[in-house]
Amino acid sequence: MPTDQTLGSAGAEPAAQPIPRLAIPELDRCIQCGFCLPHCPTYRILGMETESPRGRIHLIEAVAQGRIPIDARFEEHMYVCLGCRACETVCPSGVKFGTIIEAARAEIGPTGSPAARRLTRLALRHLMPFPGRLRLGAALLRLYQRSRVGTLARALHLVPRRLAEMEALLPPVPDRFFAPPQEVFPAIGPRRARVGLLSGCVMSLLFADLNEATIRVLRRNGCEVVVPRGQTCCAALNLHNGEREGARDMARRNIDAFLGAGVDAIVINAAGCGSASKEYDALLRDDPDYAEKAARYSRLCRDVTEFLMERDLAGPLGEVRARVTYQDPCHLVHGQGIRRQPRDLLRRIPGLELVEMEGSDRCCGSAGIYNLIQPAYSRQILEEKMAAVKQTGADLVVAPNPGCMLQIASGIRAFGLGTHVRHLIDLLDQAYAAGERPGGARDPA
Amino acid sequence: MQLADLRHRIEDRTALTRALQEVLGSDRVFTHPADLIAYEYDGAQVLTAIPDLVVLPGSTEEVVGVVNAARRHRVPLIPRGAGTGLSGGAITPIGGILVSLARMKRILHVDLDNRCAVVQPGVINLDVTKAVEGSGYFYAPDPSSQSACSIGGNVANNSGGVHTLAFGVTTNHVLGLTLVLPDGSVERLGGRGADEPGLDLTGLVVGSEGTLGIVTEVTVRLMRRREGVRTMLGIFGTIAEASQAVADIIASGIAPTALEMIDQLTVEAVEPVVHAGLPLDAGAILLIEVEGVCDAIDRSAGIVDEVCRKNQVREVRIARTEEERHLYWASRKGAFGAMGRLAPNYYLNDAVVPRSQLPAIMRQVMEIARRHGLRVVNVFHAGDGNLHPLIPYDAAAPGESDRVLKASEEMLAACVAVGGTLSGEHGIGIEKNNYMPWIFSASDLDAQRRLKAAFDPEDLMNPFKVFPTPVSCGELMARRAPRLAASGLWI
Repeated sequence: MPTDQTLGSAGAEPAAQPIPRLAIPELDRCIQCGFCLPHCPTYRILGMETESPRGRIHLIEAVAQGRIPIDARFEEHMYVCLGCRACETVCPSGVKFGTIIEAARAEIGPTGSPAARRLTRLALRHLMPFPGRLRLGAALLRLYQRSRVGTLARALHLVPRRLAEMEALLPPVPDRFFAPPQEVFPAIGPRRARVGLLSGCVMSLLFADLNEATIRVLRRNGCEVVVPRGQTCCAALNLHNGEREGARDMARRNIDAFLGAGVDAIVINAAGCGSASKEYDALLRDDPDYAEKAARYSRLCRDVTEFLMERDLAGPLGEVRARVTYQDPCHLVHGQGIRRQPRDLLRRIPGLELVEMEGSDRCCGSAGIYNLIQPAYSRQILEEKMAAVKQTGADLVVAPNPGCMLQIASGIRAFGLGTHVRHLIDLLDQAYAAGERPGGARDPA
Repeated sequence: MQLADLRHRIEDRTALTRALQEVLGSDRVFTHPADLIAYEYDGAQVLTAIPDLVVLPGSTEEVVGVVNAARRHRVPLIPRGAGTGLSGGAITPIGGILVSLARMKRILHVDLDNRCAVVQPGVINLDVTKAVEGSGYFYAPDPSSQSACSIGGNVANNSGGVHTLAFGVTTNHVLGLTLVLPDGSVERLGGRGADEPGLDLTGLVVGSEGTLGIVTEVTVRLMRRREGVRTMLGIFGTIAEASQAVADIIASGIAPTALEMIDQLTVEAVEPVVHAGLPLDAGAILLIEVEGVCDAIDRSAGIVDEVCRKNQVREVRIARTEEERHLYWASRKGAFGAMGRLAPNYYLNDAVVPRSQLPAIMRQVMEIARRHGLRVVNVFHAGDGNLHPLIPYDAAAPGESDRVLKASEEMLAACVAVGGTLSGEHGIGIEKNNYMPWIFSASDLDAQRRLKAAFDPEDLMNPFKVFPTPVSCGELMARRAPRLAASGLWI
């Protein structure tokens, strides 16, 4: 009976080599209750068990036991996952799905065609860890965007469709990158703390003004702000795309840079970076030289909204008249459990009206580079998000994470909504400026 | 006899796959091992079996197409909702086509004037209430898994919930169904009224566990929210006192909407997660809810209070805010999930006894556990006499799984012996089908089989479920046992 031997009935016979290092203890915590399913964005659109957290955990376990091999289909199920970790928030057994999916992706490596894999690996290994090379890359991209080369190439159909779609998702590279003139910025008023700012890769290149606003807001809150020069990208993208070893090196560099700066807290204004940074302890647990330092580093990390709400927010805040809705970045609400603080901060700003949107803690489809590797699903998820935004009638969407900001902005352009996207820290900065004097000038960072 | 010998043989797999692809397209017919293995389990977890094919139809017409293809190839059909069931009802013990209804999740029509809604089977239970609560309505059956389980699965298992005591189970809230029969015909059963003329085929299909056909639309009853609700905690020193209080509350004639037992071990597991302020040293806590017009609530709450005091209650607490009420309920509904914190595995039983027998059966359950050297956690629908003795254990410890199974069987037998039954709400599935002769005579079972044959003469619908089979579910469990990892075990 040949058909019954195709896994079908047997199931007991290993079809591949077991991978014991993938049999991580976290898998055992899942009792397959299925409570995660309706909260998983990909299960919501596809209805497939294999595209749910429970199903993916089961597949990973099957691979670990050698019941199925790591093949293209397995890889697809692992990479259709957004890594949003909404499942972690609702799991009654406290399964840390993020750890599980990262372990599986580390076995697979980056996804895509052989060429795409090489390209991703190249970027993750030889671009992300080096701020200088990243700046150069961004400068070249800026040059390309401003020249007519792209327009011409597209008009002549020289750019493959897929690449053209990816290009459309890229925001215009701004004139200026984040290049602080000094390493330390004094507190405004009495000094209450010395904090380090993780300037981030995307934040530094595309959102220099937000890093500057973050420094201003922290200084107004009695913080001396250090931007250690030795820091690098947080390695979240490497971790999410199966480049674990490189990620460990980058983590060590950041640990050295920040612990050497003697700070009371490491403040982070990008949710994805915060979530990765708070997990350095797990990433380096088995490194005898760094385990203890990594644990100390992770304990110091704070999202900027969390940090500001832990202390009394300094006044005075001036009026910012706007109707805003808040999008919970996945790596803030699910990755770090921060839901209340950003809303509390928004409510502190006079004139600001906060309107909650349906499913605010559901992923927008950005998910790191997900919108580049899974454009169709990303778009479907974004559509639902745009409908929710529209329903609130808000002028502004606040999303304190660069990936979400870019994705939502591209959605707003595509769907023609008259809404704008802002980072929370940008609104706070504006409120402080307004509080200083009407139409007040900004204190240069 | 072994299960492998009974496994269904598909003569021409390629032709069957092609026929299904013609109905659904290639992206909703799955044959790859990585896809099939993800459907080898449902919420019962340890009972596993890999399907031959998995399909994801999106409409009644597509279900008809799938059924026709299966019939032509004489391949069994196993319908599946959200896969949260606890009796292995959605797994494929002898193979076949697993029909997932997860993509049929639209609420088709809401008719508030006539207090009903038409929904597809894949709609999540809680989403029905969410769709109408703004207008003051709700869908009453509320299993603890209501945030994840599907209406189709609820219909199959005639699911109950924490408010079953006052509102009844699923069958009391289903007015009509669309059913695809194994011959491919589409039948509309019932309607929108409470009592349609003719045979009550809707009532027959609710609770039939997918053995008669595939339900593709459900007309559910919607209820209006009551004027007021009061949620109380009766904190007792012992389970015996709490059990007696339950029997006395029922005997007093009032009808609480919920009457739930939460014992000390449960509080120990759930309090660190929920932080509802439940005392860790209480032997048992009753969660009691009364609803209605405000005057009636005061009266009912007064009686509850009086009965509790007569049974040596230590304290009666009343939820003062909606937030506090949610915390009380979170402690109850989050209990099973939190069990992963007590031990690596647990075995969850589901049985029913007459409520007057509750104090006596609780003594027996504790005694059986003690005799087998096991702990037992009691968190259950006390008001319905629906026990869920839950045994935390470690499957990695030699012989422990066997003792758990033995103890569970004894508990079930004890419940049946005092006039109880095999299952309150989780269904029979493949977990308890071989216990059916405990409560039905051979001719009873034969009558049920003949009824099934009238719908499904070729026995293609969810075979090996509900009715006794030549093999036990132990064989399905054995395959899972060599897993490296100890995992949760709830049956």
